[in-house]
Amino acid sequence: MSDGFTAEGGHGAVPTAGVETGEGKPKRRSWPLYEVFVRGKRGLNHVHVGSLHAADDEMALHNARDVYTRRNEGVSIWVVKADDIRASSPDEKDAFFDPAGDKVYRHPTFYAIPEDVPHL
Amino acid sequence: MNEQNAYQSLAETTDHDDPRWAFGTGIVEEAGAEITSPVPDGVDPADLAAYCLMLGDDALVYSHRLSEWVSNAPELEEEVALANTALDLLGQARVLLARAGHLTGGDEDSLAYRRTDAEFRNVALAELSDGLDFARCVGRMLIFSSWRLALLHRLLGSADPVIAAVAGKGVKELTYHRDYAARWTLRLGDGTDESHVRMQAALDALWPYVGELFRTSDEERRLVGAGVAVDPAQTREEVDAVLDQVLAQATLTRPDKPSIGTIGGRSGRQGVHTEHLGHALAEMQSLARQHPDTQW
Amino acid sequence: MDDMEARFDATIAADQRIEPRDWMPEAYRRTLIRQIAQHAHSEIIGMQPEGNWILRAPTLRRKAILLAKVQDEAGHGMYLYAAAETLGVDREELTEKLIESKQKYSSIFNYPTLSYADIGVIGWLVDGAAICNQVPLCRCSYGPYARAMIRICKEESFHQRQGYELLLAMVNGTDAQREMVQESVNRWWWPSLMMFGPPDDDSPNSAQSMKWGIKRHTNDELRQRFVDMSVPQAQALGVTFPDPALAWNPERQSYDYGEPDWDEFKAVIAGSGPANAQRVAHRRAAHENGAWVREAAQAYADKQKARVAA
Repeated sequence: MSDGFTAEGGHGAVPTAGVETGEGKPKRRSWPLYEVFVRGKRGLNHVHVGSLHAADDEMALHNARDVYTRRNEGVSIWVVKADDIRASSPDEKDAFFDPAGDKVYRHPTFYAIPEDVPHL
Repeated sequence: MNEQNAYQSLAETTDHDDPRWAFGTGIVEEAGAEITSPVPDGVDPADLAAYCLMLGDDALVYSHRLSEWVSNAPELEEEVALANTALDLLGQARVLLARAGHLTGGDEDSLAYRRTDAEFRNVALAELSDGLDFARCVGRMLIFSSWRLALLHRLLGSADPVIAAVAGKGVKELTYHRDYAARWTLRLGDGTDESHVRMQAALDALWPYVGELFRTSDEERRLVGAGVAVDPAQTREEVDAVLDQVLAQATLTRPDKPSIGTIGGRSGRQGVHTEHLGHALAEMQSLARQHPDTQW
Repeated sequence: MDDMEARFDATIAADQRIEPRDWMPEAYRRTLIRQIAQHAHSEIIGMQPEGNWILRAPTLRRKAILLAKVQDEAGHGMYLYAAAETLGVDREELTEKLIESKQKYSSIFNYPTLSYADIGVIGWLVDGAAICNQVPLCRCSYGPYARAMIRICKEESFHQRQGYELLLAMVNGTDAQREMVQESVNRWWWPSLMMFGPPDDDSPNSAQSMKWGIKRHTNDELRQRFVDMSVPQAQALGVTFPDPALAWNPERQSYDYGEPDWDEFKAVIAGSGPANAQRVAHRRAAHENGAWVREAAQAYADKQKARVAA
């Protein structure tokens, strides 16, 4: 009867077709993206727990405490601007990546996305 | 994760303080002191109860106003931060109201939901609405948290174990709130021309409510002698220094505005409020008053 | 190209995760953006119906729980937007699509919350349905989405418990509270069933999503699971569901149930539900009223950077 909705859209069925996806070009400038690494307790490595947006490093650290640790004291947090992370690619043969474009969290915008193409 | 787990958990006993809350709920038991602790020697229980209400109502009413920001904050990260602040203050309020309730034959909910406006003891600064103006939110938080932090620092050694415990936890929380507010004051004061104007206007509007923070009530005066309370007048210098430092760095001007007047010398601590409180309480108490004799 | 596609297919076939830097078919990427972004929107819009009662919560404990819960939803939205951003879109852009109604969100949040029982019923039925939908996503083929979902599911299960616990307290309270609970269940039952979407057994989109490991079950499978779990819970509460067709089927070892009104569902998704306009306008106002704040923070950061450089 309908092929346009998936229940596994999380909180409830959402349409899977006829919805724009975006091109990585917001109308307004947004705060930069930061990646957050947390050392849960002494003796452990910092591990990546997620990301957030912040205008500057201080705000990123503050927000990371609020969002990812609920201000748990004794926890060590690193925040790193996503743009500053350089990484190797698991698939270097990947033709879509610029040879120097090795920023793992750069949120690449290498395709222009045609909108409203059904059944893709 | 087993796909049935989430549902099976429903059959288990429901534990209110389950650590799986992402951010916690500021539940009372964290206070670390018995609500039923004996009243310190030489202290009038009525004074102690009144003082707990003052500190508790400041936190409760301000927390209520802060929670007006839910789903209205300028960015998702600020949603989380503002809700954390509201939860911290609500947690403080619950302990203090429970203590007052123990002393007067009530409980936190009877005090929060059954008192009239004139029975609330909070300062006016706590009851104003931000009107969803983020500059007002930041300005109020800067003033309120600088002041409350100065109070709680001095209450760490309070002769009342419950107040001392609230101060112990609260100092960390308020330090965080003040830091948050100070950073935002810098960003708004020294951000764009528009944000500077808005931040200055917010401070100008809030400043008349600052003077009340340092006025000493009769109950406070009596409790200072017993080592239970702090004289708020003694925090003025410290609070002024913090505000001056932040405002100067934020390129803002300290407003030169007279305090709002009292009515026959009475203000929030004596139950004489602005018109704002009645509306906040009407909303807060509406459902509880519709169903007066039940549990939720 | 074929080489990369073969590697992608092999990764999926081995039930391994696709990561942001991996090559992926454009349609896979776009389907994921739609799904994750709209999932994120659902969390953020979902703050409104529950936030509607924070200022009126009937006890301080309930107020703290509700505030913490709605705050969790902001956090869930952030995790999900971050997962979507690994696919080459920006959270700001997705928010623009939301407030311009170019992307949707779960239909359930276009219904109003009219009593405090709704807070309990949303936790029990709406979050319960969401858990059915979300738990399979913890094994989704796209790594960032799967990881976000693991964290969210853990928190969500507690949301459901608090809802059920509130309802238990209410049905053990006064007659007025019991009536409030039943009335709320009557309003939310069908919209909760609609959360799983129309039957999709013959949908080419669904077949493709399943092949990709983005979707693991049909909508009807998930709905049946939800019904089977909810009926005994309703019995324990002493409430009934407003469906005369609801009956145990010993042959199927499942409950039979009636057909939801799919015209209502489509109308709500299309924008004419009871609260669509209000929800989107609210989100738009918050975003636009916050623009000067976000700009100020950016300007301040730029100034600081210039000062350090000078």
